[in-house]
Amino acid sequence: MAELSKEKFQIIGCDNFNADAIVRPNMTYWQDAWRRLKKNKVAIFSLILLSAIIIMCVIGPWIGKLISGVDYTHQNIAITNQKPNSQYIFGTDNLGRDMFGRLWIGGRVSIAIGICGTLIEVTIGTLYGGISGYFGGLVDDIMMRIVEVLNSIPYMIIVILFAVVFDNQGIGSLLLALCITGWTGMARLIRGQVMQLKESEYVLAAQALGSDPKRIITKHLIPNTIGIIIIYMTFDIPGFIFSEAFLSFIGLGIQPPDTSWGAMCSFGQSVIDFYPHELFFPALAISLTMLSFNLLGDGLRDALDPKLRQ
Amino acid sequence: MVRYISKRLGYMVLTLWVIVTITFFLMNSMPGNPITSQVKQLPAQVKENLMAEYGLDKPVSERYVMYVKNLLKGNMGDSFVTPGISANKYIHDRFPNSARIGLQAVFVGLAIGLTLGIIAGFKRNTGVDYFVIFIAILGVSIPSFVVAALLQKGLGGKAGLPIAGWYSQGDGFLNTIKFTILPTMALSFSSIATYARYMKTSVLDVISQDYIITAQAKGVSKVSIAWKHIIRNAILPIVTILGPQIASIITGSFVIERIFAIPGLGNAMIDSISAKDYNMIMGFTIFYSFLYIVSLLVVDILYTLIDPRIRLSGSKK
Repeated sequence: MAELSKEKFQIIGCDNFNADAIVRPNMTYWQDAWRRLKKNKVAIFSLILLSAIIIMCVIGPWIGKLISGVDYTHQNIAITNQKPNSQYIFGTDNLGRDMFGRLWIGGRVSIAIGICGTLIEVTIGTLYGGISGYFGGLVDDIMMRIVEVLNSIPYMIIVILFAVVFDNQGIGSLLLALCITGWTGMARLIRGQVMQLKESEYVLAAQALGSDPKRIITKHLIPNTIGIIIIYMTFDIPGFIFSEAFLSFIGLGIQPPDTSWGAMCSFGQSVIDFYPHELFFPALAISLTMLSFNLLGDGLRDALDPKLRQ
Repeated sequence: MVRYISKRLGYMVLTLWVIVTITFFLMNSMPGNPITSQVKQLPAQVKENLMAEYGLDKPVSERYVMYVKNLLKGNMGDSFVTPGISANKYIHDRFPNSARIGLQAVFVGLAIGLTLGIIAGFKRNTGVDYFVIFIAILGVSIPSFVVAALLQKGLGGKAGLPIAGWYSQGDGFLNTIKFTILPTMALSFSSIATYARYMKTSVLDVISQDYIITAQAKGVSKVSIAWKHIIRNAILPIVTILGPQIASIITGSFVIERIFAIPGLGNAMIDSISAKDYNMIMGFTIFYSFLYIVSLLVVDILYTLIDPRIRLSGSKK
């Protein structure tokens, strides 16, 4: 039996013994979400595609001028309805205008309507749903009955009605028509979330500290639903672009000389037999934009709200 | 059940009243009156007679009461632009055409969409699955008018399919069907995508349930599990998206009828919008809303009937 002598033992100290130190770098919610999103190749690809489309909408008209040598508003009766060629890479329309430049100008309108409309809807819907969900009881009952009534009016019918009434048909009145009942979906979603969250301890703590409902709703409840709001927004923007295209198609949307992808498709559809490129490019632009928003939305849903992952 | 339905009917009437009121006052808030543009050249006396004929010389409140009374009698008003045409006549003549395309699109969408969804759910990561994903992506990203234009260009005029147009009254059934094929395809395209996607998710949900494993352990045959256990349970959630789908079919019918030159109600609505025929717009709006609300009600009742787990009296959603 080996003898245990004092020399065999040695004090190694406990200098490095700090178990509660965090080994990995601290990650916020957003860093974590970004990390998850980066792994999703499809979502990143859509993000890049979308950025490219938006950048082109900003600088596209100038590039068009550089390539074709004329402004997108410049009409030239001698070269109407030309097929894509080296000067007009996307061809020309029925007034001989450069389709390339016009495509991006139209894109500005379409995407602006998508983004502004969504922002308006989200603001109204979030506040409405927040108030309704937080107070509950009679307030909630009345507010939700109003939403129910608005919800059972077919969306497009009411949009058409308002578009007919706001006859001047600028972007502003178009947006108003599109937003007039569209916020109800957002309001319902936020109400559901807020009803869950208001039972949390931090809300109780805030109430105990004497915060008023306005502060609790805007500082505690809504920021905690921001992930869901962002997911909803990415699915909502293509919806707006689609609705605008639809309205322009039936003649209630953007009026000449302004244009949008929907208005261009509408015109292109009428001449598809002879000049298919006049439908092809705007239709491709709409489809790619809607596609990237939808795929990005899927990716964001997985990244921001892992519970919903399928 | 009776209590639930009567409550829903009450809401329906309330919603309809809101729609009628909003529509009426919006249309009447527009500057000028509907016949101003038509009667500029007429002598003052004729103008006054016309105004009296349409009741336009009375204050708005009185006209509102009159309009609602007429509506209750089922009279939706006459056209201001084309004398002798009323909204009722248009709905009576043209709605059957719209309804045919719409119903065909719903059935085709359900049949193809559900089949694709079920197959994709059962055979994950196979060709069919990827095909369904592909269709679902196309369905959400291509606007219906682009689909319609592509169909028209690709298939129209070939294999006896007309590019556009509609059958005349009294044609045989087989003769009429060729006019409806392309519009139905265009209208049902996005529904197929939506149904397939939802059905696939729903099938996947059900497949992982414990009762499926129990059934397998008892030795129930595969076909029987698929039919009796998986599909019957998976199809329930689909009923909930029928409502929004009906709305999208109504919306879609506007452009599809326009592109294929179908004498339907959607086409009539666009015509009256461009002619600024307010009475007709009002009539069609109310009719479409009525249609939508009734179909929502039917879908909800259907849902409570086929899914016994749903409490009738409790607050839904």
